[in-house]
Amino acid sequence: MANVLIFAEHQDGKLKKTALELASKAAELATGIGGQAEAAVIGGSEGLAKELAPYGIKKVYLLASPKLDKYNTLGFVKALADLIQETKPEIVLASASPAAKDFFPRLAARLNTGLASDVVEMKIDADKKLIATHPVYSGKALVDMKIPNSLPQIAMIRPNSFGTAAPQEGASAEVVKKDTDPGELKAEMKDLVKGATGKIDLTEAEIIVSGGRAMKEAANFKILQDLADVIGASVGASRAAVDSGYAPHDMQVGQTGKVVNPKLYLAFGISGAIQHLAGMRTSKVIVAVNKDAEAPIFQKADYGIVGDLFEVVPLLTQEFKRVLSE
Amino acid sequence: MKIAVLVKQVPDTETKIKTKADGSGIEMEGVKFIVGPYDEFAIEEAIKTKEKNAGSEVTVVSLGPTRVVEAMRTALAMGCDKAIHIDDEGQNPDSYVIAKALAKVIADGGFEIVFTGKQAIDLDNSQVTQQVAEFLGWPQVMILEKIEVGGGKAMATRRVSGGAKEVYEVPLPAIFGCEKGLNTPRYASLPGIMKAKSKPIETKKLSELKGDAQAKVVYSNYRMPPEKAPGKMLSGDAATQVKELVRLLREEAKVI
Repeated sequence: MANVLIFAEHQDGKLKKTALELASKAAELATGIGGQAEAAVIGGSEGLAKELAPYGIKKVYLLASPKLDKYNTLGFVKALADLIQETKPEIVLASASPAAKDFFPRLAARLNTGLASDVVEMKIDADKKLIATHPVYSGKALVDMKIPNSLPQIAMIRPNSFGTAAPQEGASAEVVKKDTDPGELKAEMKDLVKGATGKIDLTEAEIIVSGGRAMKEAANFKILQDLADVIGASVGASRAAVDSGYAPHDMQVGQTGKVVNPKLYLAFGISGAIQHLAGMRTSKVIVAVNKDAEAPIFQKADYGIVGDLFEVVPLLTQEFKRVLSE
Repeated sequence: MKIAVLVKQVPDTETKIKTKADGSGIEMEGVKFIVGPYDEFAIEEAIKTKEKNAGSEVTVVSLGPTRVVEAMRTALAMGCDKAIHIDDEGQNPDSYVIAKALAKVIADGGFEIVFTGKQAIDLDNSQVTQQVAEFLGWPQVMILEKIEVGGGKAMATRRVSGGAKEVYEVPLPAIFGCEKGLNTPRYASLPGIMKAKSKPIETKKLSELKGDAQAKVVYSNYRMPPEKAPGKMLSGDAATQVKELVRLLREEAKVI
């Protein structure tokens, strides 16, 4: 059978939301090539299989090894490569997470096949092959990628590109438990420094509140954080703000920072330099607040307010607090 | 210590990108090229590693048309010792083929540590570094934020999501994909620029290095992304605009 296999990631005992998006899309593609959608979970519990079934996954492989309770590049490559060589899926999908971006290129090389990174659209063509659309130059242009002569065809999708299908209650999935041999790990993880708990990475965030040079100083990001807390957002920054030392680099949105894809992007005091726009242009809805009515960001915004962010942000926080508590 | 740094020459981040009318690629005429921004951190780390380990040598390697020599001259001016240019012979290799060729150069050169940028900012695939590591059978650390090299191994910190970090002990040889923040790349000094002119650049051919590797990915239909329809500018005093914005986000855009 021509199956689609997803790499389903979990965190703190729960599937990541991106895994459900991946499952939904895999089920749709599997129909297109006449197979079924399956999932590989590394180091997870059986409960995770139940979470995947309503989104169209028919079979879940739980790959277990005492050496893989922590992430390891070579260990994850071998675990997945062994499964793929055994089950021979046509298509393998991951969400473009920090882990997948680390080991999927290596997985593709080991299997002597191709990989499409950071995909925003997918379809099956007349040859029943995957056509994966990939933004280049940080989204300033798009290109179609096809892997015509080798299997599996592998793609990593940009989080929030497809959304999650409505769950089919009562659906079930077959669970196959496998002990996996991760082989020689070579690099050994000595320490894992946790980030803030519950903090969602910008690349996976559904709502982002971002500040630019007009934030004036690092301490002022507090007002963006207050707004973010009310609407469940992650906080980002422009390169100008990062280069001025107002925010750390892992908050930078843009061509030399993170490329983000939220459903709502709120830009405060960001002029909209080309390299910033490149990093957030696929956001579904863009709001810009800037003192300068001529700022290029307004050309990309769905809603614009010409005004002082230090006046607008606290009002916005208050108004959201009011309507969301109703 | 034999150190290599892999560099890609890419269009400047401020470049307006235009696709060719027939969708076969990007219009390269008039484009200003720079050393990949993340590769600059790799060059700096390679030179720092050389400075800390007496008797070391840094070789900069770049694949592409003749113009990439310019990017390697920049690296030589910063302090690399020699360069290897892999002439792409007008082919359009994919990540797989590029990684095969680079792995061959690294294996032949007997390098013990290799630095690269975490990604090139043109095709944005971020695949080549990991695939070079795979073809060499080496460990890799991507999104490198901190590294200490000594005693045949490295302690390397990698940044992951949400501010979390992973710290690895890695035996050498190994390859490292560098992230912004790892260091502050030095500027080339005037004497450095003068010296770079006489540093050796060896040219090798892609066709001879890649062996029988074939491209796995076919690229087609390069196009500009769809333009957004013009948005709404709100009016009134700040409080009125904020109320209207919240209403629109909830009732029209339905995103909150």
